[in-house]
Amino acid sequence: MSILRSFTAALLGLGVFAGPALADGHLDAAVKARKAHMQLYAFNLGQLGGMAKGEIDYDAAAAGAAAANLADLAAMNQARYWPEGSDNFAMGEETRTLPALWDNIDDVMKISGDLEEATTALASAAGQDLDSLRAALGDVGKACGACHEDYRQSND
Amino acid sequence: MERLFLFLLILATAGALGFWLVTRPVTADPDALTGLTGDAARGAAVFHAGGCAGCHAAPDAEDEARLVLAGGRRFESPYGTFVAPNISPDPEHGIGGWDTLDLVNAMQHGVSPGGAHYYPAFPYTSYARASVQDVVDLKAYLDTLPADATPNAPHEIGFPFNIRRSLGAWKRLFGDDGWVVAGDGLSPEALRGRYLAESLGHCGECHTPRGALGQLDMAAWLGGAANPAGDGRIPNITPGGLDWSEGDIAAYLETGFTPEYDVVGGEMAEVVENLSQLPREDLAAIAAYLKAVPAVE
Repeated sequence: MSILRSFTAALLGLGVFAGPALADGHLDAAVKARKAHMQLYAFNLGQLGGMAKGEIDYDAAAAGAAAANLADLAAMNQARYWPEGSDNFAMGEETRTLPALWDNIDDVMKISGDLEEATTALASAAGQDLDSLRAALGDVGKACGACHEDYRQSND
Repeated sequence: MERLFLFLLILATAGALGFWLVTRPVTADPDALTGLTGDAARGAAVFHAGGCAGCHAAPDAEDEARLVLAGGRRFESPYGTFVAPNISPDPEHGIGGWDTLDLVNAMQHGVSPGGAHYYPAFPYTSYARASVQDVVDLKAYLDTLPADATPNAPHEIGFPFNIRRSLGAWKRLFGDDGWVVAGDGLSPEALRGRYLAESLGHCGECHTPRGALGQLDMAAWLGGAANPAGDGRIPNITPGGLDWSEGDIAAYLETGFTPEYDVVGGEMAEVVENLSQLPREDLAAIAAYLKAVPAVE
């Protein structure tokens, strides 16, 4: 009995510790890819946000280009960024994506559609003038936030 | 023996009388409304600054549906679960039957039209600092919103917190409608920000730590607190914890983007959704105020 018990405990222990350690290479690559994708959003948003805050002079061409990049990024097919098993429960510190994302794919796709819509609207507004840019930026933030709120582990 | 009994009786009566006096609901003087008329357009700004929809819209309501104040959202706390009531203009299930004084008493004194104390999950301790004119304007605006006949669900609060009368004593101990941050030395912009942040915006309700009885720890005003929902910590937004520029703060409240272009999360997403409807000057004013708050390290 006690041998069986320690055997079971050992198995459980293996399972717990091996989970993160044995994470597939393709999962690591997917997490890296989606983080890079997020960084590209942030880089382009930085240009627009800087103008909205008045830290960068408004420039219609530069604003239009950054917003067009965002719309392109939002429209990209991201299926391979999000393989099952690449959640923070399975992979630990490497990612903050909650397992709930895979349980709510319909909602995630809806939010992704909202982001496409918001960035498309931003792409046509950003080059017009600063006020149009500012007005369109909020909806983009809302779409980003909608996904992060439900499917990303909070930072603190 | 008889004298001892008499003594105890007097003591008990005095105790009961004391409890009755200390816990008695205190309401507004009806004359406070004399000469005030409500402006629904101004009331809309009060509504957004106060974040009413954040609690009173139906759970998961989005966009226009957030103006249907059907209630039903649940708030977990160490005392039990509070359920936001219906405050739509429905005469039976909402507050359609209220007059303006009822709303002033509810928002600024935490007292229902029937004379019962509300739980301070409803942030009347903050709203108490608002001007009566703002509440009068808000009433005019609330009256324009769609009615909804969703019945109220009861709070799920255990003993002894379910004795509402005792909240009267809590209010006497901890209710304080004075400003937290002294006004001398604040610019007119920061004063406007103080008004928005300390009264309508009720920032302190989440960002200030609470003591054993649920009272705010004013010495650590806006210094960050445990999340009553149990997930993580609500951040310190004094200069001791937040090094963003005023422009960064105002932009965050307007668009939800942090200076690194990450986005607002958790309950704050809802707050940004409300605040983003305010004039930009008001958001800049809140930012100016936050820079003037004493730093909590």
